[in-house]
Parts: sequence; C-alpha cells; structure tokens
Amino acid sequence: MTPMFALDPSYWQVTTLKGIMALVVVPTGAAIIVFVFLFKFVSFMHSRLGPMEAGPHGSLQLIAEAGKFIQKEDIAPDAADKRIFKLAPLIVMASTFLIYVVIPAGPNAVLVDLPSGIYYILAVSSLSVIGVLMAGWASANKYALLGGLRAGGQLIAYELPMVLAVLGVVIQAGTLNLQQIVLAQANGEIFGFSGLGSPYILTQFVALVIFLITIQAELTQTPFDMPVAESELVAGYQVEYTGVRFLLFFLAEFSTAFGFSAIAATLFLGGWALPASWGIPTVAMHFAGPAILLGKTMIFCLFIFWVRFSFPRLREDQLQKFAWKVLIPIALANIMVTAVLKVAF
Amino acid sequence: MPKAPKLPGLLKGLGVTMKTAKETMFPDGLLKPPSPVRGAATIQYPHEKEAPTPRARGVISLLEENCTSCMLCARECPDWCIYIEAHKTMAPPRRAGGKPRAVNALDRFDIDYSLCMYCGICVEVCPFEALFWSPEYEYSEMRIADLLHDKDRLAEWFETVPEFEPYETGAEVKIKKVPKKAVS
Amino acid sequence: MTAISDRQKLAYVAAQASDARVNLELETGGMILNIGPQHPATHGTLRIVAKLDGEQVLHAEPMMGYMHRGYEKLTEVRTYPQVTTLINRIDWVGSFANEVPFILAAEQLMGIEAPLRAQYIRTILFEMGRIANIILFLGDMAVQLGALTPIFYAFRDREYVLNQIEAVTGGRFHPNFDRIGGVKDDFPKGWIEDSLSAMVKVREFCDQMEDLLMGSEIFQARTRGIGVIPPDVAQQFGLSGANARASGIDWDLRRDSNVGLVYGDADWKVWTHPDGDSFARFWVRLQETREATSIVDQLLGSIKGGPIMAKVPRIIKVPEGEAYVATENPLGEMGYYIVSKGDLTPFRVKIRTASFNNVSITPWLLRGVYVPDIVTILGSLYFILGDIDR
Repeated sequence: MTPMFALDPSYWQVTTLKGIMALVVVPTGAAIIVFVFLFKFVSFMHSRLGPMEAGPHGSLQLIAEAGKFIQKEDIAPDAADKRIFKLAPLIVMASTFLIYVVIPAGPNAVLVDLPSGIYYILAVSSLSVIGVLMAGWASANKYALLGGLRAGGQLIAYELPMVLAVLGVVIQAGTLNLQQIVLAQANGEIFGFSGLGSPYILTQFVALVIFLITIQAELTQTPFDMPVAESELVAGYQVEYTGVRFLLFFLAEFSTAFGFSAIAATLFLGGWALPASWGIPTVAMHFAGPAILLGKTMIFCLFIFWVRFSFPRLREDQLQKFAWKVLIPIALANIMVTAVLKVAF
Repeated sequence: MPKAPKLPGLLKGLGVTMKTAKETMFPDGLLKPPSPVRGAATIQYPHEKEAPTPRARGVISLLEENCTSCMLCARECPDWCIYIEAHKTMAPPRRAGGKPRAVNALDRFDIDYSLCMYCGICVEVCPFEALFWSPEYEYSEMRIADLLHDKDRLAEWFETVPEFEPYETGAEVKIKKVPKKAVS
Repeated sequence: MTAISDRQKLAYVAAQASDARVNLELETGGMILNIGPQHPATHGTLRIVAKLDGEQVLHAEPMMGYMHRGYEKLTEVRTYPQVTTLINRIDWVGSFANEVPFILAAEQLMGIEAPLRAQYIRTILFEMGRIANIILFLGDMAVQLGALTPIFYAFRDREYVLNQIEAVTGGRFHPNFDRIGGVKDDFPKGWIEDSLSAMVKVREFCDQMEDLLMGSEIFQARTRGIGVIPPDVAQQFGLSGANARASGIDWDLRRDSNVGLVYGDADWKVWTHPDGDSFARFWVRLQETREATSIVDQLLGSIKGGPIMAKVPRIIKVPEGEAYVATENPLGEMGYYIVSKGDLTPFRVKIRTASFNNVSITPWLLRGVYVPDIVTILGSLYFILGDIDR
C-alpha cells in the first residue's frame, strides 16, 4: 500500500485497521438504509411519518431497537436442534461480511484486492442458503420448515441469472477484478465521447435490470419474499428466532442489501470513481470515493425498497418459472450480444 | 407465467407509490422545501390532538340535580354497569303553606367504565335529562378499579358537554338544550 | 377485464396434476399444518387444519367457534333496544348494516313503517357501512398477497367515511342508531356536504387501487384462476353477496327484496363477473364500492325533509309472531328470524350470517391448491370472525 502521509505501517497494523473498518461499515450500512428507507421513505410512501419519538425524526430509533433486541431472553424451542439453531444466523452473517471484503471504496480503500473479485462475491453469497436451510430445519416448526425449503429453492434458482447478468459486464470490462472494472468505466469512452466515462448502465441496461431483480430475490424481498411471507408463514424461517439471533438475521438482510447495492453501483455506475475526463486528482478521490460510492449505493437501495413496497408477492412456482424460463434466456441473449459487439467494436 | 410480464401495470403501480411519497414529502410542490409533518395523513398523537365530533360518545356526565333515582338507566343498561343508591328524604314544600314532599336523594351513582359499552341507552332513556354525552376520551387509568367513576367525577365531566348542534335543512327534530348547572 | 384463458386454466390444473403424480410415486404421508387460530391470514380466530403434501393441500377443514359469544342466547334476555346495541358487534366492520335487518323484522311484527326520511337515513348509513367494510377488504386482500402499501391507503381513506358516521351517530364502529320506528337523530348541519366530499375521496381511492393493485401483473397472476367457484356449487353452499355475484349469479337483495330501504329511489346497477375466481371477487367488490358512493350521492341529493320517528310506545312490546328479514349486508346476506311471544324481550332470535356459509365452502374449494393460494382464497372470500361465530 503506497504510503499516504509518509507513514509506513506494517502488514498486521493495516490488516487490523481494515478488519475494524469492516466491522464498523457493515452494521452502519445496514443502519443507514434501515433508517432512511425502511423507516422514512417507506413511511412516506404510506402517507405516514414512521418513528418520530426517539431522537429528531426518529433517528435514534435504531439504537432503541438494538437495545430492545439485546436485552431479550435467549430462548430456543425445546424440540429444536440447539447447536444448528444457534449456528444458523452466524453463517448468514458470515456470508454478509465476506461480501464486503472486495468492494472498493476508493483508489486504495479495499480490504483485499482479489483478481477474481466478482467471481468471489458470487460464490460467497451462496453461503447464506445453507444458513437459511439450517434455520428452517432446526427450528422444529412446520412454518419455519416451509419457509426454509422455499428459500432453498428460490435462492439457488436466482443465483444463475445473477451470474449470467454479471458476465455481460465482465465481458465488456475484460476483467473480473472490481477495481479494474471501476477504472475501466472511469477511463472508458462511448463512441469517442469521454465526457461521462463509460458507465455500464448505458450499454448493459438489460443486465442491470436482471441483476436488480435477482438481488431482490436473493434478499428475499417482495415480490420474491415467499420464504418470509409474513401473511402466511409469519416470518418463515425466522419465526422461532428472538433477541440477538433475530437481530443478526435482520442485520444480515439489510447489510447484504447494502452490499449488493454497492456491488451494483460498482458494476454499473462506476463505483467510487468519477469520469477520468473530469480531471479530479487521485488525492481528492481518496476522500471523496467512499462518499460517491455511498450516493450511488443509495440510488440502488431506493429501487430495492420502492419495488419491495409496491408489489404483491409471487407464488413459489411462478417465481421459479420466472427465473428459469424468463430471466436466464434473456441473460444468455445479453451475453451473446455483448460478446458480438465487444469483438466488433 | 411462461411469457415475460407486460410492464405497464407494474410501472403504474410504482408510479402510485412514488406519487404518494412525493405528496407526503413535498405537500406544497417540489419547489418549496420538504415538510413531511404536514404532508402525512397522520397526526403525532401526544403532541397534537384531533378533536372528535361533538356527538362522539366519549364519556357520560351526570347532572345530579335533575336525577330522581328512577333507576331507568340502571335497568336499561345492557351490562348493568350503573350503580345507584338513594334514600328518601323530605324536601321543603314548593310554595308556602304546602306539605313537605318526599324526594329521592342520591347517595351513590357510579358508572363502571370497564363494563360500559358506550351504547347510550341510559342517556336516551333518562326522562329527566340528567345524563349527557361528552366527547372526552382521555381517561385511561392504570388500575381497573379507577375506571369506576363516582358521582363527583361524573359531575366534573359536565363542563365538557358541548351544546347540541343545529340540524341539516329538512330536519323536523327540535334541537335539545343542555341545561345550565344551578349554582349551589 | 378478460376472463381467464383456457390455456391458463389448463396450465394450473396440469401443474397440480404433476405434483400429485410425484407425491403418489414417493408415497409420502401428509403433514398436518395448523393455520390459526392465531395467524395473520385468518381474519380473527379461524382455525384451518390443513393436511399438506409438500406445498399442496390434500384436505383442509375450518374449525369455527373460537369466537362464539352466545348472541342468540343473549337476545333471549335483553330488551329490543339492548339487542340493537349488542348486534352492532356481530360484523364489526359493517357498523350500521348489522342493526337494519333486526329492526326491520321487529317493525314488521309491530306493523309499523318508518317515515320516508328515516328510510333515507338508514339507506345512506347502510351504504356507508358497506363502503367502510369493503375498503378494508380491498386493503386486506393486498396484505394477504404481500403488497404492504394498499392497506395504509385503505385505512387512510376509510377515516373519511368513519368520521362521517361518527358525526351523525356518535360511534365510528358501533353506531347504535337504528330504532324501531325510525332512527335516533337527524343529520347535523353541514353533514351532507362533508359526506359528498368523503365520497369523492373514496372514488379516488378506488382508482388508486386499480392502478396499484388490480392492474399489476403479479396480482393478476396470483388471483386469476385461483379458487374458482362454479355458480351451482355456490348456490348449494349458500354463498351470498359479492362471492355469489362474482360467480355470475345475478342476485342482490337490495334490488330483489322490498324491505324498508329506499334503493328504488336511486339509479344503480348490480355488478357480476362470469369467472368466479379470486380476481372476480376482488373486482366485483371494487365496482360495488364505486356503486355505493354513487348511491349515497344520489340519496343525499334527493333526501326530503320530514320526521325521523314514527309513533311508537315508550316501552316496546312486540306482539306475538314470527318474522324473517334479510338484507344485502356488505359480507353477504344477513337475516334475523325473530320469534316473539309478546314480551319485552324476543323469545328467540336466529341470526343468519353470511360469513358462516361463505367459509363452509373452504373444504371443497381448498382441495389441491398450494399453500399460498389458501391465503389468497380466504382473503378473497372475505369473512369476519364475529360474523361466523356470533
């Protein structure tokens, strides 16, 4: 790591710092989108105001909620398989943390700059399926079982369109490394016009739409929230979880939403970078990069929550048909067209 | 659903929710600063309160001087939540040279609001206009026993009884009057 | 508004058949799932014991009675005004609509007819109760399907109607306003104007529902072809109200019976739908809400002055006899069969409620559907537990 202020920290100092940053960023990201979107924006969509009592305009509500969850009794159902029951939220949380490892927030602000960045993310995000299945099975509750099995089918089905959608971006960028994808968008040009760089949202719009749909499904948000169908399964696979364990599921869901939105921002809008033709010095980007990434992430989070609260949910078999018969063919067609155009231009 | 869904219906749905969000956040239009507190359809209860309509059935109040302990209200109540105890006493004659007359004096007139159904039969049935509706609703208690309002508490509610409103055109019903409390 | 295509019907049946074939081959026993009595999807304390095979229902049975409050026994020891108070609470969302058939039956026994203005007021409040009830249904069905926004719009726009009911009767949900011989009180000043603007808001809400929910392809995919009730089966089970009209049966007691309500003075139509699926039930109720606002507008425009109470004795003693009056309540057909022996209290009142029959079709209807469809079907049949169990 090139020294910034003429410091020369050793490897273990840098790693500790990065670890602490990750521990801070993950819940903070969840907290930001929970407050801005789940509490406030959704309430405005409903003609109401959301929490207003705790802090100005309810900004401290999250602290109250976290405190409430932490002080609850730690119970598990009698017939539940205790070890697996207690392990499931940790696995889902683990997969969330692992996603944040490769997202770049500045020219040097990335925990580990893996050459196979996006491939690693797609692989690691499948870990949560195991956690969900464990939660569903170990809860000794038929509703949880139904929810867990539905989740298993759904999450696996929607992995494929996600991978195929991302492949279009990878072909166009020519690399799997997230930092390189950002730089390719910042330095690129569209038919000779380099004023905007080359954000892949313009050329890969179809892939963006498919990616947004699949992350909605991966997060089990409406219209794909069959596993957590509140009006049927009363919280599905999470139904027996209370207290800190439920907080972990909750945090994992929203942190993953934040993480996937950040990935979408990186892949399609240019991540932390502004177009190179604007001539902003790299030193400034060290400070401005995270803020720019935050802004772009919030745009995608807006879409996730907007769609979540506007549509009813699809039935399980309709969900599967949609993934297998609609999304995958479109994604494959997108890849073909991208490959052809990449070679042609 | 083997074919791709048509978009228009879904997009219209998104439009409806975004329009409501915009109306809540910017009730005066996008050019003025946002003011969600005014744009929302809800009010923040403990800090602002909405006045109920004058006829709202909030609490029953007693005008003791009109009550003759005829027991009609206690009898007609579907829940039997009115407790009345009275004793006979002699009141002075109405005019000089007359006989003293026997009247009922109320010892106890309690309404148990933990049982009351707020149906209004007692108010309607009272022949001497001693019971009135008031729209007050903020009398929650911590103990159920405190929901038994005795004579004095019921008399306190009398100040909150609104005047009867005028009727719509075409009504042939006479407007009733709330009697003034005699100065004791 | 197109009927479901044959291709869609075949596709649904083929999916169920292939699932059934797999289940037979694997020969797994069914899983018994207890839906309720505490459950967000059953509107109250209804318990459905479903035997599932994977996600398909093999057999479902409703168990009612968790909310039985003994109404028919209570009426034996209450006087007529007290009974009027109690029966408000049978269908607690339909407010005024519960009292009307009872009062009409008592008036029939006494041989009294309420004056015209009282009949107008009764009809207007009846239709307002219908609007309040069905707006709740529209939002509630959305929540059953997973759309979390329409129910907030429903509650927000229902407030206008409830405020109007409160301005006249003093109670939002339990008006207790109908009396033998007329109604209790007249409209306060300015009520007609406020009600007309409330009806405008209700119509805007119906348009919003159409855009947000009914036009949404996901909603149509979840409700078209689900829970199809053929008209002859509907009649056998005694379905009434919008459920029967959604199966194509053209039957509406507001038009077809002549009790003491003034529907004949307004120009309105009965909405039916040929399909009989959940979408049809939703669609019919949405149109009925609009029609109800039109009825209220017309009646408010044409109401004339007059007395609101006929001459009745102070202490009401209904002469001996029996009478049955049924009206088109928001949930269906609600009727009261009063047997009187000339006392202060009725001798026996039998309450025929719509939801009891509407729910009795569930074992027939829920065979072979998927678990999410149970919720859709129950939501579209729309019952209120107080109405089932009394």
